[in-house]
Amino acid sequence: MTDSISTKRVEPESSKRSVPPSREFTISRRTFVQTLGAGILITVTDALSWGQRRGGRGGGGGGGGAMPVVARLHLNEDGTISVMSGKVEEGQGARTELSQAAAEELRVPFDRIRIVMADTDFVPDDGGTSGSRTTPGNVPPMRQAAATARELLTRFAAKQWQADVNSLEVRDGTITNKATNQKLTYADLAKSREIAEAFKQPIESNITLTAVSDWKVMGSSVPRANNRDLVTGAHQFPSDVARPNMFYGRVLRPPSYKATLESIDLSEAKAMKDAVVVHEGEFVGFAAPSLFRATQALEAAAKTASWKVASQPSVSHKTIHSYLQEHARMDNARGVVTEKGLAEAAKTLSATYTLAYIQHTPMETRAGVAEWKDDKLTVWAGVDNPPAAQRDLAQMFGMPVERVRVIVPDMGGGFGGKHAAPAAQEAARLAKVAGRPVCVHWTRAEEFTWAYFRPAAVIECKGGLDAKGSLIAWDFININAGGSAIDAPYNIPNKRTQSVGSDSPLAQGAYRCLAATGNNFARESFIDELAAAAGADPLEFRLTHLDNPRIRTVLETVAQRFNWSERKRKVTPELGVGLACGTEKNSVVAACVEVGIDRKKGEIKVREVCQAFECGPILNPANLTSQVQGCIVMGLGGALFEEIEFENGKVLNADFGGYRVPRFRDVPKIDVVLVNKTDIPSAGGGETPIIAVAPAVGNAVFAATGVRIRSLPMRGDVLKRA
Amino acid sequence: MDVTVTLTVNGVERTVTTDPQRPLLDVLREDQHLTGTKYGCGEGRCGACTVLMDGKPVRSCVTPMSLAGKKSITTIEGLAKGGSLHPIQEAFLEEGAMQCGYCTSGMILSAAALLQDKPSPTDEEIIAGMNGNICRCNGYVKIVNAVRRAAGKMRR
Ligand code: FES
Ligand code: FES
Repeated sequence: MTDSISTKRVEPESSKRSVPPSREFTISRRTFVQTLGAGILITVTDALSWGQRRGGRGGGGGGGGAMPVVARLHLNEDGTISVMSGKVEEGQGARTELSQAAAEELRVPFDRIRIVMADTDFVPDDGGTSGSRTTPGNVPPMRQAAATARELLTRFAAKQWQADVNSLEVRDGTITNKATNQKLTYADLAKSREIAEAFKQPIESNITLTAVSDWKVMGSSVPRANNRDLVTGAHQFPSDVARPNMFYGRVLRPPSYKATLESIDLSEAKAMKDAVVVHEGEFVGFAAPSLFRATQALEAAAKTASWKVASQPSVSHKTIHSYLQEHARMDNARGVVTEKGLAEAAKTLSATYTLAYIQHTPMETRAGVAEWKDDKLTVWAGVDNPPAAQRDLAQMFGMPVERVRVIVPDMGGGFGGKHAAPAAQEAARLAKVAGRPVCVHWTRAEEFTWAYFRPAAVIECKGGLDAKGSLIAWDFININAGGSAIDAPYNIPNKRTQSVGSDSPLAQGAYRCLAATGNNFARESFIDELAAAAGADPLEFRLTHLDNPRIRTVLETVAQRFNWSERKRKVTPELGVGLACGTEKNSVVAACVEVGIDRKKGEIKVREVCQAFECGPILNPANLTSQVQGCIVMGLGGALFEEIEFENGKVLNADFGGYRVPRFRDVPKIDVVLVNKTDIPSAGGGETPIIAVAPAVGNAVFAATGVRIRSLPMRGDVLKRA
Repeated sequence: MDVTVTLTVNGVERTVTTDPQRPLLDVLREDQHLTGTKYGCGEGRCGACTVLMDGKPVRSCVTPMSLAGKKSITTIEGLAKGGSLHPIQEAFLEEGAMQCGYCTSGMILSAAALLQDKPSPTDEEIIAGMNGNICRCNGYVKIVNAVRRAAGKMRR
């Protein structure tokens, strides 16, 4: 056996896609076997050619298209099957659900699947891992690949045995001809050259997939395959990767946003014999055998730095909302129907809601380990978009993307906050100069300051009721946070909703459900205001105006479970109940909460959250329950205490002392009801369950106190004043 | 000036020559290659770096090496004995009490310390004992369940 193979990339015949220039690459057979498992070598070439194919195609959908089976799937001689996905695992469960998908369609037990994720040398470009897209966008292609493979294998067996393909049974990775009792296992077929050739055929995107009612592996609560490594500490997160002779890096940061470096004296850092100092333009970084030494070098240099402070917009967390309103780009305001509706209304209301900037705060801050070898850059990074990280690195160093390999070991949380890989870029710069691998793992303060934030927002609402208390006019403008879930799902004859941009003084970006949280908070709070104005029960008022059968189902389900009508009657000034519902990313949610109020102390204590959620057929109930519980608690953070405080281009609360996230003590009684709707495709479930929490809390506070809190976070001290 | 510190890590004696101010966390991760102990904040407020020092839970990110001399340290790697998991580890697996799992080592060691003190904790005691540990993924519910389950296992 040769130890390495060198080969030209081979374009699968069936592909009509444009072909990037042919090139040579070498990969050691051992690397391949370690990653995918032993099998026929011919498939190696094709798998790699697809793995390394880049250029933005594949683009997030990971669609079947003309991709050959071999790009997704590899039979191993031990009977396991390796499958490949460009998605990353960050705690949301992609690893498990993609493995379940493959196991289901291949008719093998879950533990027979070995999944290779987010390694740009091996996996297809499936785009980034965001927007709850893995379930609707990547589970189906994985199923199609596995089903196509099963078809090809069965057809091969039928041909061998001269049997009718429909008379064969596939179970447990074994194809059986019941009439003759002939058997072939996937392990046998892993050695077949003909199968290897057959796997060059395209994945059939319209192949019949297993009906939900027949699911055996999908739909069950299989645990994550590498769970054991998480409880023993054996799993290596991106920040745990250690390479031979690796150094640890630190990077000089400006004292405030946009400040530029005027001068710095690096002599003391350079005098540290074990430290590497890199100064390229604005970039000043240090690498040393320990993080402690690198930090000493950084501190020695930082105290000599002189900075030109950029003039900052005069805005702080206290004035952000008027600032956003002043800078709002309102010129594209459309729709006159609302004006008419409002004019005809018997009663009109208007209210302004606001949201603070908040941060994702994954427990693992950004991390990257970079290693240069033979002109090739390999990084292990905590990033949710490996192909984009790869392109960014290639561009940064002026090299072809094929020479950059991005590997994302299962990482420590993301929540939309890890779209780019700055730590890996910094590590690569340092490693290049140091001539050895370098690890850069951001401090919590760096993460709080130099990552990006969920946008702050102002949401302006107007509504009108007719004489009978029906909602006839609705006007809703979100300034700065975006348009997701902005449409009111209610039946309102005159409706205008719009999202307008503004000038954000802080870097802002994606977040779990992004704007849907704010839009839902404002809408569901304002609906409550209108219900109160109409003298109607909040549940009845919603149901009267709600056609969407899926939202109605979760709303009615949760109300019944929580015993809404009875508990509503028992509201006191110290004990409130509230509800809210919504839809986003093709899933629906409704929540009822109970809050305890201490007006003298200005305290809001969420005592209970009951939430119903539906996202189509459930792929993994245990994982989905965890996601919903996690969303509820994360949602409570944004609802009650999370807020980035800033002034003069500085974050003022860049630590867990100043930025409060939910802890054990903040957790209410949580009751999750999962609604399994099996007649539609599955949607993702890791985001939408966050959107109903804040408005339900606000509505409960109102029910108890009559005080409407219109800003997130909702601080209890306003109750003292009100 | 570097100092030489002798300590026991997961039952094995180690000698480390290093700056006395260097955090125990870094020594464990960088020198001892025990990366199961995590960095989450460096300020003692998240619990990701929790290890047991002479049986007591400490935040290794704010524990300088000068305080680690002659101490016996248990990290997550030292909990399983001879290939069989510690009951708390088993309980975390059985309850599915982790999502990304980054907080898990610290959670398990904090739970170990808690259950040493209080073998039959009430839920309130579990919550109070674990409150210094942050998880951003999983809503804490399953972690409380896991600690309660572990207590049951350890009493048996
Ligand atoms: S890393 Fe030590 S407490 Fe957070
Ligand atoms: S499981 Fe991700 S931080 Fe706890």
